[in-house]
Amino acid sequence: MLEQDTRPVALSQRAAPPVTATDAKPAISVSHLYKTYATGFQALKDINLKIRHGEIFALLGPNGAGKTTLINIICGIVKPSSGSVTVDGHDIIADYRASRAMIGLVPQELTTDAFETPPATMRFSRGLFGKPANPGHIEKVLKELSLWDKRESRIVTLSGGMKRRLLIAKALAHEPQILFLDEPTAGVDVELRKDMWQLVRSLRASGVTIILTTHYIEEAEEMADRVGVINKGEIILVEDKIELMRQLGRKQLTLELRDRLNAVPATLAAYNLALAPDGRALIYTYDTGAERTGITALLDDVRNAGIKFKDLRTTQSSLEDIFVGLVRQKS
Amino acid sequence: MSLAMNIYGVRAIYIYEMARTGRTLFQSIVSPVISTSLYFIVFGAAIGTRITQIQGVSYGSFIVPGLIMLTLLTQSVTNAAFGIYFPRFVGTIYELLSAPVSSFEIVLGYVGAAATKSVVLGGIILLTSGLFVPLHVDHPAWMLAFLILTAVSFSLFGFILGLWASSFEKLQIVPLLFLTPLTFLGGTFYPTSVLPPFWRTVTLFNPLVYLISGFRWSFFGIADVDVELSLAMTLLFMAICLTIVWWFFKTGYRLKN
Repeated sequence: MLEQDTRPVALSQRAAPPVTATDAKPAISVSHLYKTYATGFQALKDINLKIRHGEIFALLGPNGAGKTTLINIICGIVKPSSGSVTVDGHDIIADYRASRAMIGLVPQELTTDAFETPPATMRFSRGLFGKPANPGHIEKVLKELSLWDKRESRIVTLSGGMKRRLLIAKALAHEPQILFLDEPTAGVDVELRKDMWQLVRSLRASGVTIILTTHYIEEAEEMADRVGVINKGEIILVEDKIELMRQLGRKQLTLELRDRLNAVPATLAAYNLALAPDGRALIYTYDTGAERTGITALLDDVRNAGIKFKDLRTTQSSLEDIFVGLVRQKS
Repeated sequence: MSLAMNIYGVRAIYIYEMARTGRTLFQSIVSPVISTSLYFIVFGAAIGTRITQIQGVSYGSFIVPGLIMLTLLTQSVTNAAFGIYFPRFVGTIYELLSAPVSSFEIVLGYVGAAATKSVVLGGIILLTSGLFVPLHVDHPAWMLAFLILTAVSFSLFGFILGLWASSFEKLQIVPLLFLTPLTFLGGTFYPTSVLPPFWRTVTLFNPLVYLISGFRWSFFGIADVDVELSLAMTLLFMAICLTIVWWFFKTGYRLKN
Protein backbone atom coordinates (compact mmCIF):
# COMPACT_ATOMS: atom_id res chain seq x y z
CA MET A 1 0.00 0.00 0.00
CA LEU A 2 1.24 3.45 -0.85
CA GLU A 3 1.92 5.84 1.95
CA GLN A 4 0.47 9.25 1.73
CA ASP A 5 2.25 12.34 2.90
CA THR A 6 -0.10 13.71 5.51
CA ARG A 7 2.29 16.09 7.22
CA PRO A 8 0.31 19.14 8.21
CA VAL A 9 1.52 22.63 7.56
CA ALA A 10 2.64 24.76 10.50
CA LEU A 11 -0.06 25.54 13.03
CA SER A 12 0.59 29.26 12.77
CA GLN A 13 -0.86 29.21 9.29
CA ARG A 14 -4.14 27.97 10.63
CA ALA A 15 -5.46 30.71 12.84
CA ALA A 16 -9.21 30.79 13.48
CA PRO A 17 -11.17 32.75 10.90
CA PRO A 18 -11.59 36.43 11.66
CA VAL A 19 -14.65 37.49 13.61
CA THR A 20 -17.09 39.14 11.27
CA ALA A 21 -20.04 41.41 11.94
CA THR A 22 -22.39 38.41 11.93
CA ASP A 23 -20.35 36.92 14.77
CA ALA A 24 -21.12 39.85 17.08
CA LYS A 25 -23.49 37.57 19.00
CA PRO A 26 -22.42 34.06 18.09
CA ALA A 27 -24.56 31.05 18.81
CA ILE A 28 -21.92 29.93 21.29
CA SER A 29 -18.90 31.78 22.58
CA VAL A 30 -16.35 30.04 24.77
CA SER A 31 -13.69 32.18 26.34
CA HIS A 32 -10.59 31.08 28.28
CA LEU A 33 -12.34 27.97 29.49
CA TYR A 34 -10.47 25.63 31.83
CA LYS A 35 -11.63 22.45 33.48
CA THR A 36 -9.71 20.45 36.04
CA TYR A 37 -11.51 17.51 37.61
CA ALA A 38 -11.28 16.69 41.32
CA THR A 39 -8.81 13.94 40.45
CA GLY A 40 -6.42 16.61 39.18
CA PHE A 41 -6.95 15.68 35.54
CA GLN A 42 -6.96 18.79 33.40
CA ALA A 43 -9.60 18.13 30.77
CA LEU A 44 -9.68 21.55 29.13
CA LYS A 45 -6.99 24.20 28.79
CA ASP A 46 -7.76 27.73 27.71
CA ILE A 47 -10.50 26.90 25.21
CA ASN A 48 -11.56 29.80 23.01
CA LEU A 49 -14.22 29.06 20.45
CA LYS A 50 -17.03 30.77 18.60
CA ILE A 51 -19.82 28.84 16.90
CA ARG A 52 -21.79 30.80 14.33
CA HIS A 53 -25.54 30.78 14.02
CA GLY A 54 -26.88 28.23 11.57
CA GLU A 55 -23.65 26.36 10.93
CA ILE A 56 -22.75 22.71 11.34
CA PHE A 57 -19.61 22.60 13.43
CA ALA A 58 -17.75 19.33 13.80
CA LEU A 59 -15.56 18.87 16.83
CA LEU A 60 -13.00 16.19 16.19
CA GLY A 61 -10.56 14.67 18.57
CA PRO A 62 -9.28 11.35 19.87
CA ASN A 63 -10.77 9.66 22.91
CA GLY A 64 -10.25 11.66 26.08
CA ALA A 65 -9.45 14.83 24.15
CA GLY A 66 -12.09 16.85 26.03
CA LYS A 67 -14.94 16.90 23.50
CA THR A 68 -17.62 15.66 25.85
CA THR A 69 -16.36 17.76 28.75
CA LEU A 70 -16.63 20.86 26.58
CA ILE A 71 -20.17 19.98 25.51
CA ASN A 72 -21.19 19.11 29.05
CA ILE A 73 -19.96 22.45 30.33
CA ILE A 74 -21.84 24.38 27.65
CA CYS A 75 -25.00 22.41 28.45
CA GLY A 76 -24.68 22.87 32.24
CA ILE A 77 -23.88 19.28 33.18
CA VAL A 78 -20.28 19.91 34.25
CA LYS A 79 -19.06 22.93 36.17
CA PRO A 80 -16.21 24.86 34.56
CA SER A 81 -13.11 25.59 36.66
CA SER A 82 -12.73 29.03 35.11
CA GLY A 83 -13.57 30.96 31.98
CA SER A 84 -16.90 31.91 30.50
CA VAL A 85 -19.42 30.54 28.02
CA THR A 86 -22.34 32.37 26.45
CA VAL A 87 -25.16 30.97 24.34
CA ASP A 88 -26.61 33.59 22.03
CA GLY A 89 -25.23 36.17 24.45
CA HIS A 90 -26.66 34.51 27.56
CA ASP A 91 -24.12 33.49 30.20
CA ILE A 92 -24.52 29.77 30.95
CA ILE A 93 -24.33 30.35 34.70
CA ALA A 94 -25.84 33.78 35.38
CA ASP A 95 -28.55 33.34 32.76
CA TYR A 96 -28.81 29.58 32.63
CA ARG A 97 -32.54 29.47 31.95
CA ALA A 98 -32.26 31.42 28.72
CA SER A 99 -29.10 29.63 27.56
CA ARG A 100 -30.27 26.10 28.34
CA ALA A 101 -33.73 26.65 26.83
CA MET A 102 -32.02 27.17 23.46
CA ILE A 103 -30.03 23.95 23.56
CA GLY A 104 -30.91 20.36 22.79
CA LEU A 105 -28.40 17.68 23.72
CA VAL A 106 -28.06 14.19 22.32
CA PRO A 107 -25.65 12.41 24.65
CA GLN A 108 -23.07 9.88 23.61
CA GLU A 109 -24.37 7.07 25.82
CA LEU A 110 -27.69 5.39 25.12
CA THR A 111 -29.24 6.63 28.33
CA THR A 112 -32.99 6.41 28.10
CA ASP A 113 -35.89 5.65 30.35
CA ALA A 114 -36.98 2.05 30.21
CA PHE A 115 -40.66 1.81 30.92
CA GLU A 116 -42.00 4.97 29.34
CA THR A 117 -43.31 5.19 25.77
CA PRO A 118 -41.53 7.45 23.22
CA PRO A 119 -44.23 10.18 23.28
CA ALA A 120 -44.29 10.16 27.11
CA THR A 121 -40.54 10.61 27.43
CA MET A 122 -40.68 13.38 24.81
CA ARG A 123 -43.46 15.13 26.71
CA PHE A 124 -41.24 14.96 29.79
CA SER A 125 -38.31 16.49 27.89
CA ARG A 126 -40.47 19.23 26.41
CA GLY A 127 -41.96 20.16 29.77
CA LEU A 128 -38.56 20.08 31.46
CA PHE A 129 -37.33 22.67 29.00
CA GLY A 130 -40.24 24.95 29.85
CA LYS A 131 -42.49 24.41 26.85
CA PRO A 132 -46.25 23.77 27.00
CA ALA A 133 -47.54 20.47 25.62
CA ASN A 134 -47.67 20.20 21.85
CA PRO A 135 -48.77 16.73 20.70
CA GLY A 136 -48.56 17.83 17.05
CA HIS A 137 -44.85 18.64 17.33
CA ILE A 138 -44.12 15.39 19.14
CA GLU A 139 -45.95 13.44 16.43
CA LYS A 140 -44.05 15.30 13.71
CA VAL A 141 -40.63 14.58 15.25
CA LEU A 142 -41.45 10.94 15.90
CA LYS A 143 -42.58 10.55 12.29
CA GLU A 144 -39.44 12.26 10.98
CA LEU A 145 -37.35 9.84 12.98
CA SER A 146 -39.42 6.83 11.93
CA LEU A 147 -40.51 6.16 15.49
CA TRP A 148 -44.21 6.87 15.16
CA ASP A 149 -45.01 3.19 14.69
CA LYS A 150 -43.35 2.55 18.05
CA ARG A 151 -45.34 5.18 19.90
CA GLU A 152 -47.05 2.63 22.12
CA SER A 153 -43.97 0.50 22.78
CA ARG A 154 -42.01 0.74 25.98
CA ILE A 155 -38.54 2.13 25.38
CA VAL A 156 -36.86 -0.95 26.80
CA THR A 157 -38.21 -2.95 23.84
CA LEU A 158 -36.68 -0.65 21.20
CA SER A 159 -33.51 -1.56 19.29
CA GLY A 160 -30.24 0.33 19.79
CA GLY A 161 -30.75 2.34 16.62
CA MET A 162 -34.27 3.28 17.67
CA LYS A 163 -33.07 4.35 21.09
CA ARG A 164 -30.44 6.52 19.43
CA ARG A 165 -33.14 8.15 17.31
CA LEU A 166 -35.32 8.55 20.38
CA LEU A 167 -32.53 10.48 22.10
CA ILE A 168 -32.51 12.82 19.11
CA ALA A 169 -36.30 13.07 19.31
CA LYS A 170 -36.06 13.98 23.00
CA ALA A 171 -33.47 16.64 22.25
CA LEU A 172 -35.76 18.08 19.57
CA ALA A 173 -38.88 17.93 21.73
CA HIS A 174 -38.54 21.54 22.87
CA GLU A 175 -37.62 22.91 19.42
CA PRO A 176 -34.05 23.96 20.30
CA GLN A 177 -32.15 26.49 18.24
CA ILE A 178 -28.84 24.81 18.97
CA LEU A 179 -28.37 21.06 18.86
CA PHE A 180 -25.42 19.14 20.28
CA LEU A 181 -24.87 15.70 18.87
CA ASP A 182 -22.24 13.87 20.87
CA GLU A 183 -21.11 10.95 18.71
CA PRO A 184 -24.56 10.66 17.11
CA THR A 185 -23.78 7.75 14.84
CA ALA A 186 -21.63 5.64 17.16
CA GLY A 187 -22.69 2.04 16.67
CA VAL A 188 -25.25 2.96 14.04
CA ASP A 189 -25.43 1.09 10.74
CA VAL A 190 -24.57 2.78 7.46
CA GLU A 191 -28.13 3.25 6.27
CA LEU A 192 -29.29 4.80 9.51
CA ARG A 193 -26.19 6.98 9.59
CA LYS A 194 -27.11 8.40 6.22
CA ASP A 195 -30.67 9.01 7.41
CA MET A 196 -29.26 10.91 10.36
CA TRP A 197 -27.06 13.01 8.13
CA GLN A 198 -30.14 13.88 6.14
CA LEU A 199 -31.97 14.82 9.30
CA VAL A 200 -29.10 17.02 10.43
CA ARG A 201 -29.04 18.77 7.07
CA SER A 202 -32.77 19.42 7.19
CA LEU A 203 -32.44 20.78 10.73
CA ARG A 204 -29.71 23.11 9.59
CA ALA A 205 -31.91 24.18 6.70
CA SER A 206 -34.55 25.16 9.26
CA GLY A 207 -32.01 27.39 11.00
CA VAL A 208 -30.77 25.12 13.79
CA THR A 209 -27.10 25.46 14.71
CA ILE A 210 -25.52 22.03 15.02
CA ILE A 211 -22.41 21.02 16.90
CA LEU A 212 -21.39 17.42 16.51
CA THR A 213 -18.54 15.39 17.82
CA THR A 214 -17.55 12.35 15.95
CA HIS A 215 -14.93 9.71 15.48
CA TYR A 216 -16.04 9.25 11.89
CA ILE A 217 -14.05 11.76 9.92
CA GLU A 218 -16.20 11.08 6.90
CA GLU A 219 -19.12 12.36 8.92
CA ALA A 220 -17.42 15.71 9.45
CA GLU A 221 -16.21 15.75 5.87
CA GLU A 222 -19.70 15.03 4.64
CA MET A 223 -21.63 17.47 6.75
CA ALA A 224 -19.60 20.11 8.56
CA ASP A 225 -19.24 23.74 7.53
CA ARG A 226 -16.38 24.20 9.94
CA VAL A 227 -14.14 21.82 11.78
CA GLY A 228 -12.51 22.17 15.17
CA VAL A 229 -9.83 19.78 16.31
CA ILE A 230 -9.32 19.25 20.03
CA ASN A 231 -6.49 17.24 21.50
CA LYS A 232 -5.39 16.85 25.11
CA GLY A 233 -7.82 19.54 26.20
CA GLU A 234 -6.66 22.15 23.72
CA ILE A 235 -8.24 23.42 20.53
CA ILE A 236 -5.50 23.03 17.99
CA LEU A 237 -7.44 24.04 14.92
CA VAL A 238 -10.64 25.76 13.90
CA GLU A 239 -11.13 26.10 10.19
CA ASP A 240 -13.68 26.23 7.44
CA LYS A 241 -13.84 22.68 6.13
CA ILE A 242 -13.43 23.55 2.46
CA GLU A 243 -10.64 25.99 3.30
CA LEU A 244 -9.02 23.35 5.46
CA MET A 245 -9.18 20.81 2.71
CA ARG A 246 -7.81 23.36 0.31
CA GLN A 247 -4.99 24.46 2.60
CA LEU A 248 -4.02 21.11 3.90
CA GLY A 249 -5.30 18.80 1.25
CA ARG A 250 -2.39 17.55 -0.71
CA LYS A 251 -3.00 15.74 -3.89
CA GLN A 252 -0.98 12.84 -5.16
CA LEU A 253 -0.48 11.70 -8.69
CA THR A 254 0.39 8.04 -8.97
CA LEU A 255 1.91 6.73 -12.16
CA GLU A 256 1.67 2.99 -12.47
CA LEU A 257 4.70 1.86 -14.40
CA ARG A 258 4.89 -0.77 -17.09
CA ASP A 259 8.38 -1.80 -16.09
CA ARG A 260 9.82 -1.98 -12.60
CA LEU A 261 12.25 0.74 -11.50
CA ASN A 262 15.04 0.30 -9.02
CA ALA A 263 15.44 4.00 -8.29
CA VAL A 264 14.01 7.34 -9.31
CA PRO A 265 16.06 8.62 -12.27
CA ALA A 266 18.27 11.61 -11.47
CA THR A 267 16.57 13.66 -14.18
CA LEU A 268 13.38 13.56 -12.14
CA ALA A 269 15.01 14.51 -8.83
CA ALA A 270 13.47 17.99 -8.82
CA TYR A 271 9.97 16.53 -8.42
CA ASN A 272 10.70 14.77 -5.11
CA LEU A 273 9.06 11.64 -6.42
CA ALA A 274 8.53 8.64 -4.24
CA LEU A 275 8.98 5.16 -5.59
CA ALA A 276 6.56 2.49 -4.45
CA PRO A 277 8.26 -0.33 -2.51
CA ASP A 278 7.65 -2.75 -5.37
CA GLY A 279 9.20 -0.26 -7.84
CA ARG A 280 6.07 -0.28 -9.98
CA ALA A 281 4.69 3.20 -9.19
CA LEU A 282 5.95 6.73 -8.99
CA ILE A 283 4.15 9.07 -6.62
CA TYR A 284 4.16 12.81 -7.09
CA THR A 285 2.77 14.99 -4.26
CA TYR A 286 1.65 18.46 -5.18
CA ASP A 287 -0.26 21.36 -3.70
CA THR A 288 -3.70 21.89 -5.18
CA GLY A 289 -3.62 25.53 -4.16
CA ALA A 290 -0.40 26.28 -6.05
CA GLU A 291 -0.53 28.27 -9.26
CA ARG A 292 1.33 25.57 -11.15
CA THR A 293 1.06 21.97 -10.14
CA GLY A 294 3.99 20.90 -12.33
CA ILE A 295 2.07 17.91 -13.68
CA THR A 296 2.55 18.75 -17.36
CA ALA A 297 6.31 19.21 -16.94
CA LEU A 298 6.54 16.00 -14.93
CA LEU A 299 4.76 13.97 -17.57
CA ASP A 300 7.06 15.44 -20.24
CA ASP A 301 10.16 14.61 -18.22
CA VAL A 302 8.91 11.11 -17.46
CA ARG A 303 8.46 10.49 -21.16
CA ASN A 304 11.89 12.00 -21.90
CA ALA A 305 13.42 9.69 -19.32
CA GLY A 306 12.01 6.76 -21.30
CA ILE A 307 9.70 5.64 -18.53
CA LYS A 308 6.44 4.13 -19.72
CA PHE A 309 3.37 4.04 -17.54
CA LYS A 310 0.23 2.04 -18.04
CA ASP A 311 -2.13 4.02 -15.84
CA LEU A 312 -2.33 7.08 -13.68
CA ARG A 313 -4.60 8.25 -10.86
CA THR A 314 -4.86 11.12 -8.40
CA THR A 315 -5.84 10.99 -4.75
CA GLN A 316 -6.51 13.77 -2.29
CA SER A 317 -5.84 13.79 1.46
CA SER A 318 -9.00 13.22 3.43
CA LEU A 319 -9.91 15.09 6.56
CA GLU A 320 -8.87 11.98 8.41
CA ASP A 321 -5.34 12.24 7.06
CA ILE A 322 -5.24 15.86 8.11
CA PHE A 323 -6.62 15.08 11.54
CA VAL A 324 -4.21 12.24 12.18
CA GLY A 325 -1.34 14.44 11.06
CA LEU A 326 -2.39 17.26 13.34
CA VAL A 327 -2.80 15.09 16.38
CA ARG A 328 0.51 13.37 15.72
CA GLN A 329 2.30 16.65 15.36
CA LYS A 330 0.81 18.00 18.60
CA SER A 331 1.77 14.83 20.44
CA MET B 1 -32.21 36.61 33.80
CA SER B 2 -35.74 35.46 33.87
CA LEU B 3 -37.08 35.13 37.37
CA ALA B 4 -40.22 33.33 36.24
CA MET B 5 -40.60 29.80 37.45
CA ASN B 6 -40.41 26.92 35.02
CA ILE B 7 -43.87 25.62 35.91
CA TYR B 8 -43.86 23.25 32.93
CA GLY B 9 -40.61 21.78 34.19
CA VAL B 10 -41.95 21.16 37.70
CA ARG B 11 -45.12 19.71 36.22
CA ALA B 12 -43.14 17.40 33.92
CA ILE B 13 -41.12 15.98 36.83
CA TYR B 14 -44.21 15.67 39.02
CA ILE B 15 -46.25 13.86 36.33
CA TYR B 16 -43.31 11.62 35.47
CA GLU B 17 -42.90 10.58 39.10
CA MET B 18 -46.62 10.07 39.62
CA ALA B 19 -46.73 7.94 36.46
CA ARG B 20 -43.97 5.82 37.97
CA THR B 21 -46.24 5.15 40.95
CA GLY B 22 -48.98 4.15 38.53
CA ARG B 23 -46.64 1.62 36.90
CA THR B 24 -45.53 0.25 40.26
CA LEU B 25 -48.92 0.39 41.91
CA PHE B 26 -48.48 -2.86 43.78
CA GLN B 27 -45.14 -1.90 45.26
CA SER B 28 -46.13 1.70 45.95
CA ILE B 29 -49.62 1.36 47.37
CA VAL B 30 -50.83 -2.19 47.79
CA SER B 31 -47.76 -3.58 49.52
CA PRO B 32 -47.67 -1.00 52.39
CA VAL B 33 -51.41 -1.42 52.89
CA ILE B 34 -51.03 -5.19 53.21
CA SER B 35 -48.12 -4.95 55.64
CA THR B 36 -49.96 -2.38 57.77
CA SER B 37 -52.99 -4.60 57.86
CA LEU B 38 -50.78 -7.42 59.11
CA TYR B 39 -49.53 -5.16 61.92
CA PHE B 40 -53.13 -4.58 62.93
CA ILE B 41 -53.89 -8.26 62.95
CA VAL B 42 -50.80 -9.14 64.98
CA PHE B 43 -50.45 -6.15 67.33
CA GLY B 44 -54.01 -4.91 67.34
CA ALA B 45 -56.13 -8.05 67.35
CA ALA B 46 -53.86 -10.87 68.57
CA ILE B 47 -51.68 -9.11 71.16
CA GLY B 48 -53.67 -5.89 71.63
CA THR B 49 -56.63 -7.66 73.26
CA ARG B 50 -54.32 -8.69 76.10
CA ILE B 51 -53.09 -5.13 76.69
CA THR B 52 -55.06 -2.72 78.81
CA GLN B 53 -56.14 0.65 77.50
CA ILE B 54 -53.52 3.37 77.27
CA GLN B 55 -54.76 6.66 78.68
CA GLY B 56 -58.32 5.71 77.80
CA VAL B 57 -57.50 4.52 74.25
CA SER B 58 -57.64 0.88 73.20
CA TYR B 59 -54.27 -0.55 72.15
CA GLY B 60 -55.50 -1.24 68.63
CA SER B 61 -56.48 2.39 68.14
CA PHE B 62 -53.38 3.66 69.96
CA ILE B 63 -51.02 2.15 67.40
CA VAL B 64 -52.87 3.58 64.37
CA PRO B 65 -51.00 6.94 64.28
CA GLY B 66 -47.68 5.17 64.82
CA LEU B 67 -48.35 2.72 62.01
CA ILE B 68 -49.38 5.49 59.63
CA MET B 69 -46.17 7.34 60.52
CA LEU B 70 -44.10 4.19 60.03
CA THR B 71 -45.44 3.78 56.50
CA LEU B 72 -45.35 7.48 55.78
CA LEU B 73 -41.68 7.78 56.76
CA THR B 74 -40.54 4.66 54.96
CA GLN B 75 -42.48 5.38 51.78
CA SER B 76 -41.52 9.05 51.66
CA VAL B 77 -37.85 8.20 52.00
CA THR B 78 -37.77 5.29 49.55
CA ASN B 79 -39.94 6.99 46.93
CA ALA B 80 -38.00 10.23 46.88
CA ALA B 81 -34.64 8.45 47.13
CA PHE B 82 -35.40 6.12 44.24
CA GLY B 83 -36.90 8.93 42.16
CA ILE B 84 -33.63 10.85 41.99
CA TYR B 85 -31.22 7.92 42.36
CA PHE B 86 -32.54 6.03 39.33
CA PRO B 87 -31.78 8.81 36.78
CA ARG B 88 -28.31 9.10 38.34
CA PHE B 89 -27.84 5.35 38.07
CA VAL B 90 -28.97 4.95 34.45
CA GLY B 91 -27.53 8.28 33.30
CA THR B 92 -30.74 10.08 32.32
CA ILE B 93 -29.87 12.72 34.92
CA TYR B 94 -28.05 14.53 32.08
CA GLU B 95 -31.39 15.83 30.86
CA LEU B 96 -32.34 17.22 34.24
CA LEU B 97 -28.98 18.92 34.67
CA SER B 98 -29.03 20.45 31.20
CA ALA B 99 -32.62 21.71 31.48
CA PRO B 100 -33.59 25.26 32.41
CA VAL B 101 -34.91 24.20 35.81
CA SER B 102 -33.64 25.56 39.10
CA SER B 103 -32.65 23.35 42.03
CA PHE B 104 -35.79 24.52 43.81
CA GLU B 105 -37.96 23.42 40.90
CA ILE B 106 -36.26 20.03 40.72
CA VAL B 107 -36.83 19.51 44.45
CA LEU B 108 -40.41 20.73 44.15
CA GLY B 109 -41.11 18.20 41.38
CA TYR B 110 -39.50 15.16 43.00
CA VAL B 111 -40.30 15.88 46.64
CA GLY B 112 -43.78 17.11 45.77
CA ALA B 113 -44.55 13.85 43.97
CA ALA B 114 -43.05 11.67 46.71
CA ALA B 115 -44.92 13.59 49.41
CA THR B 116 -48.18 13.37 47.46
CA LYS B 117 -47.84 9.61 47.21
CA SER B 118 -47.13 9.35 50.94
CA VAL B 119 -50.09 11.52 51.93
CA VAL B 120 -52.41 9.48 49.70
CA LEU B 121 -50.97 6.31 51.18
CA GLY B 122 -51.41 7.71 54.71
CA GLY B 123 -55.08 8.36 53.90
CA ILE B 124 -55.53 4.84 52.53
CA ILE B 125 -53.97 3.32 55.65
CA LEU B 126 -56.15 5.50 57.84
CA LEU B 127 -59.23 4.20 56.03
CA THR B 128 -57.90 0.63 56.21
CA SER B 129 -57.37 1.08 59.98
CA GLY B 130 -61.00 2.05 60.32
CA LEU B 131 -61.88 -1.48 59.21
CA PHE B 132 -59.98 -2.96 62.15
CA VAL B 133 -60.41 -0.54 65.05
CA PRO B 134 -62.75 2.28 66.06
CA LEU B 135 -61.14 5.59 65.15
CA HIS B 136 -61.72 9.25 65.85
CA VAL B 137 -59.61 12.29 65.09
CA ASP B 138 -59.78 15.04 67.72
CA HIS B 139 -57.81 17.64 65.74
CA PRO B 140 -58.15 17.00 62.00
CA ALA B 141 -56.31 20.17 60.99
CA TRP B 142 -53.31 19.24 63.13
CA MET B 143 -53.45 15.70 61.83
CA LEU B 144 -53.35 16.91 58.25
CA ALA B 145 -50.56 19.35 59.11
CA PHE B 146 -48.42 16.60 60.67
CA LEU B 147 -49.21 14.26 57.81
CA ILE B 148 -48.11 16.77 55.17
CA LEU B 149 -45.13 18.12 57.10
CA THR B 150 -43.84 14.64 57.80
CA ALA B 151 -44.36 13.53 54.21
CA VAL B 152 -42.52 16.58 52.90
CA SER B 153 -39.70 16.42 55.47
CA PHE B 154 -38.99 12.76 54.90
CA SER B 155 -39.33 13.04 51.16
CA LEU B 156 -36.64 15.71 51.42
CA PHE B 157 -34.60 13.32 53.53
CA GLY B 158 -35.13 10.62 50.90
CA PHE B 159 -34.10 13.03 48.17
CA ILE B 160 -30.85 13.66 50.08
CA LEU B 161 -30.34 9.92 50.38
CA GLY B 162 -30.95 9.47 46.64
CA LEU B 163 -28.39 12.14 45.85
CA TRP B 164 -25.84 10.81 48.30
CA ALA B 165 -26.11 7.09 47.60
CA SER B 166 -23.52 5.71 45.24
CA SER B 167 -25.02 2.22 45.11
CA PHE B 168 -28.33 0.43 45.57
CA GLU B 169 -26.95 -1.01 48.80
CA LYS B 170 -26.48 2.44 50.29
CA LEU B 171 -29.94 3.35 49.10
CA GLN B 172 -31.40 0.46 51.10
CA ILE B 173 -29.18 0.68 54.13
CA VAL B 174 -30.43 3.97 55.58
CA PRO B 175 -34.13 3.02 55.74
CA LEU B 176 -33.20 -0.44 56.96
CA LEU B 177 -30.55 0.36 59.55
CA PHE B 178 -31.68 3.75 60.80
CA LEU B 179 -35.24 4.60 59.92
CA THR B 180 -37.00 1.39 60.92
CA PRO B 181 -35.20 1.11 64.31
CA LEU B 182 -35.81 4.79 65.05
CA THR B 183 -39.50 4.38 64.25
CA PHE B 184 -39.85 1.30 66.41
CA LEU B 185 -37.95 3.01 69.24
CA GLY B 186 -39.91 6.20 68.73
CA GLY B 187 -43.16 5.13 70.35
CA THR B 188 -44.96 3.51 67.42
CA PHE B 189 -46.29 0.67 69.54
CA TYR B 190 -46.09 2.18 73.06
CA PRO B 191 -46.07 5.50 74.89
CA THR B 192 -42.51 6.46 75.81
CA SER B 193 -43.76 7.12 79.35
CA VAL B 194 -43.70 3.36 79.99
CA LEU B 195 -39.93 3.27 79.50
CA PRO B 196 -37.46 3.48 82.42
CA PRO B 197 -36.30 7.11 83.03
CA PHE B 198 -32.89 6.59 81.41
CA TRP B 199 -34.30 5.20 78.16
CA ARG B 200 -37.00 7.80 78.18
CA THR B 201 -34.31 10.49 78.15
CA VAL B 202 -32.52 8.69 75.37
CA THR B 203 -35.66 8.66 73.20
CA LEU B 204 -35.82 12.45 73.39
CA PHE B 205 -32.85 12.44 70.98
CA ASN B 206 -34.90 10.46 68.51
CA PRO B 207 -36.57 12.95 66.18
CA LEU B 208 -39.29 10.45 65.31
CA VAL B 209 -40.61 10.53 68.87
CA TYR B 210 -41.81 14.08 68.26
CA LEU B 211 -43.49 13.24 64.96
CA ILE B 212 -45.32 10.20 66.29
CA SER B 213 -46.27 11.94 69.53
CA GLY B 214 -47.62 15.00 67.73
CA PHE B 215 -49.50 12.89 65.21
CA ARG B 216 -51.02 10.74 67.95
CA TRP B 217 -52.04 13.86 69.85
CA SER B 218 -54.02 15.02 66.82
CA PHE B 219 -56.00 11.77 67.02
CA PHE B 220 -56.56 11.21 70.74
CA GLY B 221 -55.26 14.29 72.55
CA ILE B 222 -52.58 12.21 74.30
CA ALA B 223 -48.87 12.84 73.75
CA ASP B 224 -45.40 11.99 75.05
CA VAL B 225 -44.20 15.55 74.45
CA ASP B 226 -45.95 18.89 73.95
CA VAL B 227 -47.58 19.19 70.55
CA GLU B 228 -45.93 22.60 70.01
CA LEU B 229 -42.56 21.00 70.62
CA SER B 230 -43.48 18.22 68.19
CA LEU B 231 -44.33 20.78 65.55
CA ALA B 232 -41.16 22.77 66.20
CA MET B 233 -38.99 19.65 65.92
CA THR B 234 -40.72 18.62 62.68
CA LEU B 235 -40.09 22.05 61.22
CA LEU B 236 -36.49 21.96 62.45
CA PHE B 237 -35.94 18.60 60.76
CA MET B 238 -37.41 19.97 57.56
CA ALA B 239 -35.17 23.05 57.76
CA ILE B 240 -32.08 20.84 58.21
CA CYS B 241 -33.06 18.73 55.18
CA LEU B 242 -33.68 21.85 53.08
CA THR B 243 -30.27 23.23 54.03
CA ILE B 244 -28.55 19.99 53.03
CA VAL B 245 -30.41 19.86 49.71
CA TRP B 246 -29.53 23.51 49.06
CA TRP B 247 -25.87 22.74 49.77
CA PHE B 248 -25.93 19.70 47.43
CA PHE B 249 -27.17 21.82 44.55
CA LYS B 250 -24.94 24.77 45.35
CA THR B 251 -21.81 22.67 45.33
CA GLY B 252 -22.99 20.20 42.68
CA TYR B 253 -22.12 17.39 45.11
CA ARG B 254 -22.76 14.00 43.46
CA LEU B 255 -24.43 15.82 40.57
CA LYS B 256 -21.86 17.84 38.69
CA ASN B 257 -18.19 17.10 38.45
